Amino acid sequence: MALPELHRFTLPNGLRVVLAPDPSAPVIGVSVHYDVGFRSEPEGRTGFAHLFEHLMFQGSESLEKLAHFRHVQSSGGTFNGSTHPDYTDYYQVLPSAALERALFLEADRMRAPKLTEENLRNQIDVVKEEIRLNVLNRPYGGFPWILLPQVLFQTFPNAHNGYGDFTDLENATVDDCAAFFDTYYAPGNAVLTVAGDVDPAEARELVEKHFGDVPARPVPPRPSFAEPAPKGELRSEHEDKHAPMPAIALGYRVPDPVGEVEAYLSYLVLAGVLTDGDGSRLQQRLVHRDAVVVDVGAGCGLFGPLEARDPDTFNITAIHPPEVPSEQVITAIDEELQRLAEQGPTEQELAKVTARWVSTMHREHDRLTSRTLGLGSAELLFGRAELLYELPDKLAAITVDEVAAAAKALRPDSRAVLTVKPAGEPAAKPAGGSE
Amino acid sequence: MSAPTSHRSAEQIGRTELGPRPLPELGEHRVAPELSSLDTVLPNGLRVVAVRRASVPLVEVRLRVPFADPADSSTGSRHSARAEVLANTILTGTAKRSRVDVDTELALVGGELDAVVDPERLALSGNALASGLGTVLDVLRDALTGATYPADEVERERARLVERIRLARSQPNVIAREALQRHLYGDHPFAKEMPEADEVAEVTREDVLALHADAVLPRGSVLVVVGDVEPDAAVRAVEDALGGWTGERAAVELRPLPPVRGGDVLLVHRPGAVQSQIRLAGQGLTRTDPRYPALQIANLVFGGFFSSRLVENIREDKGYTYSARSHPEFTPGSATLLVDADTASEVTAAALLETRYELGRLGLVPPTEAEVDTARRYAIGSLLTATSSQGGLASFLVNLLGLGLDIDWFLGHPERLAAVTAEQVAEAALEFFAPSAFTGVLVGDAEVLAPQLRALGDVTLP
Repeated sequence: MALPELHRFTLPNGLRVVLAPDPSAPVIGVSVHYDVGFRSEPEGRTGFAHLFEHLMFQGSESLEKLAHFRHVQSSGGTFNGSTHPDYTDYYQVLPSAALERALFLEADRMRAPKLTEENLRNQIDVVKEEIRLNVLNRPYGGFPWILLPQVLFQTFPNAHNGYGDFTDLENATVDDCAAFFDTYYAPGNAVLTVAGDVDPAEARELVEKHFGDVPARPVPPRPSFAEPAPKGELRSEHEDKHAPMPAIALGYRVPDPVGEVEAYLSYLVLAGVLTDGDGSRLQQRLVHRDAVVVDVGAGCGLFGPLEARDPDTFNITAIHPPEVPSEQVITAIDEELQRLAEQGPTEQELAKVTARWVSTMHREHDRLTSRTLGLGSAELLFGRAELLYELPDKLAAITVDEVAAAAKALRPDSRAVLTVKPAGEPAAKPAGGSE
Repeated sequence: MSAPTSHRSAEQIGRTELGPRPLPELGEHRVAPELSSLDTVLPNGLRVVAVRRASVPLVEVRLRVPFADPADSSTGSRHSARAEVLANTILTGTAKRSRVDVDTELALVGGELDAVVDPERLALSGNALASGLGTVLDVLRDALTGATYPADEVERERARLVERIRLARSQPNVIAREALQRHLYGDHPFAKEMPEADEVAEVTREDVLALHADAVLPRGSVLVVVGDVEPDAAVRAVEDALGGWTGERAAVELRPLPPVRGGDVLLVHRPGAVQSQIRLAGQGLTRTDPRYPALQIANLVFGGFFSSRLVENIREDKGYTYSARSHPEFTPGSATLLVDADTASEVTAAALLETRYELGRLGLVPPTEAEVDTARRYAIGSLLTATSSQGGLASFLVNLLGLGLDIDWFLGHPERLAAVTAEQVAEAALEFFAPSAFTGVLVGDAEVLAPQLRALGDVTLP
């Protein structure tokens, strides 16, 4: 894949900046990645990093509550933010005429967000609704991203629920917000990315104009979240009162995505060989031959590949009918992994996975939102936004033996097994009222 | 929570010496580069639209075959079950390709292709590296003209479909959607978005073959190609591949929908729910109606984007919801306005009250010039960003073409939005957003909700 022109510089206050010009459509993407995610939130404050992300939209020195949304949208743009294990991102995609405005909006909240009691209470309510929507009131809520780390990991940063429990959320104070902001939202702890229809010289001038006087603050030392891989098979059962069928999630540890990127990528190829497409190993075996699951998937990272630092995970999930014992599904997966470990995939299987990845990378690049966020997270986590464009070649270089080795490393005696058990809600044939 | 170092107070953080700064003006607007496109109908009746967008070396393909139930009523009709089995097996075998062959050939050109069906249409969507367009079209040709529906594939997909339907119906969003469609349209085939398990179990391979012969037809269907291709070359490639896909009759369009009339909200009991789904609906306007651009802006101001009255009220002021929105849904010849919000049980009735209040307020205290301008700019800008990728443009166009519109409508729409006046928005708001024009359903734990909803009124309790 052709390497697009990338420009990078660092402001005196430590803010790292990546510019990725592309004049093909009159739109721009602007994102800021802060180097703090939910792994950094302290005990007693689960969910705080995500709650704080909501607060960053609630106004800043030059912007009343609601003004951020209105200014982005009245410029014809869209926006969002999301909280990951190791970082929190904010983005806007707009017509290119709004470049300076977008930079102004991001700079204002990096410099002086308004953290008020009223907005904090309001957003605690909103976040609780978000958790009801995505976790508590639906089948398979938080499966596996909240549930699996609790089995696979032992230490609080890696194991806890990043959405947070309601008591912790309610206990959050404005002073917690101030401490969190001052500690983690320093310009030297962030990456600003501007992609799309920009002139690099002009964009640099505007970045300096708006972010230049954000005062430098100390950047906190980045803690290690390392912990040993599980010794043995760790099992847990979760009761889900909304789920109509059982599910399983297998969680394994993978090589450090930053320090050993090539080794990590062999697991990404393995995931493709296992579950990408009708001809993949586990689709063939579990869905079509044995017909024991409704759906099966495998992948690196609970938020997608290359989205976190070490320790990261490899996951296999499946939903299966209640008549099928979960052991039968797990045994079949283990047999397929063993077969791959012993014989490796075929060259054609690798060619399929590689070609689909090339195509996927192009498609992500074509969507300005994912291009901007991908460049920003690669720069933040790997120090190299270019990694995004090198992935197809790196994936193509992965060999049959490397994939076999990855399959061999997914050992039953060092993994987490989470089973989801339907907890028998009164069978829901919803009763309608009489009209 | 203790910070590692001493920190400033929230007050200190929110203030700088310089004080608040002025918002920069917007810069110069650049126009999108002109699209090179071709729109033609092949001798077999298939309409083909090809657009060149060479941003990345890929190509996106979207085929839409109208696929409605020809019956008047879904009661006793087996169409929905047969159509679902057909969509799940049309790509599982032909005379020359097995299911795995299809996957392998597509994968080797970085491609994928899938089929889904709803009460309106069968959609086959795919993409590949631009060099693989021929492969995607050949697989498509093979499936359209020679799908064999192997007996073992039909049997397995049928069983899997029953399980998937069961999974889908455990989702609150799906429960609410099915209840709303039944409430609005009764036994009209449009309301039947999913078959029942026993209906699926009865579908035979012969049923699916017969439905394919009867209903998978080029006349009335649309195929869109967007990507790194010359439009005339793309049209030629489609014609070469799909020219032999024939059929005398036209594919079956959805029969007209009855208009949505205002009325009570129906409470649907979901035991143990901790959150409720509010789903309201009113009559909208088709995109060809001259009043549509004004209604589009009125809808945005009501709940169509984040900076809307509904979101600012029930989310940003009151914290009743994470997600509230209103949006139009288009069908050939008709349109509805849908209002959705999910709220905790204890604030559901209050959220319904506020939603009705905002519906009334939109007509009685109409959108200001500033609200209209914000919504207008958002409408124009978001159309630009949503269609700036190949996939986004392809999906947008195929939906537009399915409604009988064309690329000129898309290119001309920003101008129509620019011409809308606040008076026109006020008229549309008063007519279409009257609380009395809406009906709907509310899914939640009736035991918790009933006392408050009874007090609020205009809700039919179980």
